[in-house]
Amino acid sequence: MDYEFNWLVLWEYRDLLLEGLVLTIKLSAISIVLSTIVGTIFGIMRLSKSLIIRLIASSYVEFFLNTPLIIQLFFWYFALPMALPGWLQSWLWAHNYEFIASVIGLTIYTSTFIAEAVRAGIQSIDKGQREAALASGLTGFQTLWYVILPQAIRIVIPPVVNQFLNLTKNSSLAMTIAVPELTYQAQAIESLTFRGFEAFTAATLIYICLTLTISLVMGKVERWAAKGQRPMAA
Amino acid sequence: MPNQETSNKICPYCLEPITREDEITYCSKCGVPHHTECWRQKSAGLTVVEKPKIPETPTPKKPSGEPIISFQGVNKWFGKLHVLKDINEEIYPGEVVVIIGPSGSGKSTMLRCINRLETIQKGKLFVDGYEISNPKLNITPVRAEIGMVFQHFNLYPHMTVLENITLAPRKVRKMSEAEAEEIALELLEKVGIPEKAHAYPSQLSGGQQQRVAIARGLAMRPKIMLFDEPTSALDPEMIKEVLDVMKALAREGMTMVVVTHEMGFAREVADRVLFMDGGVIVERGTPEHFFVNPVEERTKLFLRQIL
Repeated sequence: MDYEFNWLVLWEYRDLLLEGLVLTIKLSAISIVLSTIVGTIFGIMRLSKSLIIRLIASSYVEFFLNTPLIIQLFFWYFALPMALPGWLQSWLWAHNYEFIASVIGLTIYTSTFIAEAVRAGIQSIDKGQREAALASGLTGFQTLWYVILPQAIRIVIPPVVNQFLNLTKNSSLAMTIAVPELTYQAQAIESLTFRGFEAFTAATLIYICLTLTISLVMGKVERWAAKGQRPMAA
Repeated sequence: MPNQETSNKICPYCLEPITREDEITYCSKCGVPHHTECWRQKSAGLTVVEKPKIPETPTPKKPSGEPIISFQGVNKWFGKLHVLKDINEEIYPGEVVVIIGPSGSGKSTMLRCINRLETIQKGKLFVDGYEISNPKLNITPVRAEIGMVFQHFNLYPHMTVLENITLAPRKVRKMSEAEAEEIALELLEKVGIPEKAHAYPSQLSGGQQQRVAIARGLAMRPKIMLFDEPTSALDPEMIKEVLDVMKALAREGMTMVVVTHEMGFAREVADRVLFMDGGVIVERGTPEHFFVNPVEERTKLFLRQIL
């Protein structure tokens, strides 16, 4: 092996890496928040009494769960604008549409997994809880909000955190639609310097730090959500 | 038969009876229903009518007025299984009715129909003047008037005892936290565990949990209390503490419908006993009639097996 490492290029191009990191964090954070909201709503809709609402939610989940993320990104970025009126198209292009498209793609894709986790979490709550709340005169929404969701959340957190981690890693696909996030910048450094090994090692380490931070923070959230609750007695 | 015309509720503002079609809200302090429109006009300073105030003292309960619960030819199926067959029964205010019978006889299902945790497919069911069997009826305000205690307590594990009891009064009756907690502490005193107010359900014994569940039901000041096998999941040494609370409640004149296997309780506390088997009420009567001189063969067989 006659490759000579030159780690100094990373320092030379630190601005690119930093910009990429900031954009990856921004992209992931926005998509995490949105996919949690959207996923929770669709997860609840899948348990609705109304057949129509259930059908809408199931179609959404099954459709986006079973198509590759990269195809979805291409669709939102290349195909969708063709269907829009001209003024909206130019507005989108003027407002960083590649970023918007990647948020849409990541949000929708991840929300399907979150919806499945939320549905399973709610279904795992003993139905006596729902009956007790309804019998006391609470409305269906109050029952969900005050009784079911607070209990479901601690069951749902671990699988949802996995989805947050996946989302953060999947955000690297946004480079394919020219979002200058971390992976994009690593590749830029590679093409400027031919130092691919160094550039992608750096990106790898940064991704690991990022996901470990998320795991750590969510571990704290999980312990907070479980406060006062011991393993449930029969 | 009770229906909307004979509902005994009167709006305290206009002094007209409240019918089911009227838009009503409940007083945040005392829970008395009134017309929404009257209240609006009143708070806008427009006095609707100047009629003498209704007397403060509640009218004494009629021993045999209108039934508060009325089953009229009620039928229910779970798939092909016919679980309730032409049930006809009337329960009056202040009565303690105990339903007994072998498992699978439909007694719990009959109880759960009263607050529509189960829907019926045929027949009519009136509770407190509302037609429960009408699918268009919004059941939520009716449920607020009916307390329910379950076999497995069903306390909310993520809330303290106090939060369990105050949730419905605060969210349904819109009581302030202080007011709801005052009522809750009073009720915890009554069920004998005031010191557990800030404990979580998982820190309590089964008997204590069930007493909290009773307090939770009573916190809404219900007109009816339903008990679905309240002692079946308890260790034997804890059954008495729960039954004692229920007996005290019966002595205060609460209308109670109790599904249980506790024959001692039925004998001592019930005004009437219903014996169910195979989805029908086989025999009904006073505890003396029931335990001393049952008429039906099936009742005799059942009593021989359990006593």
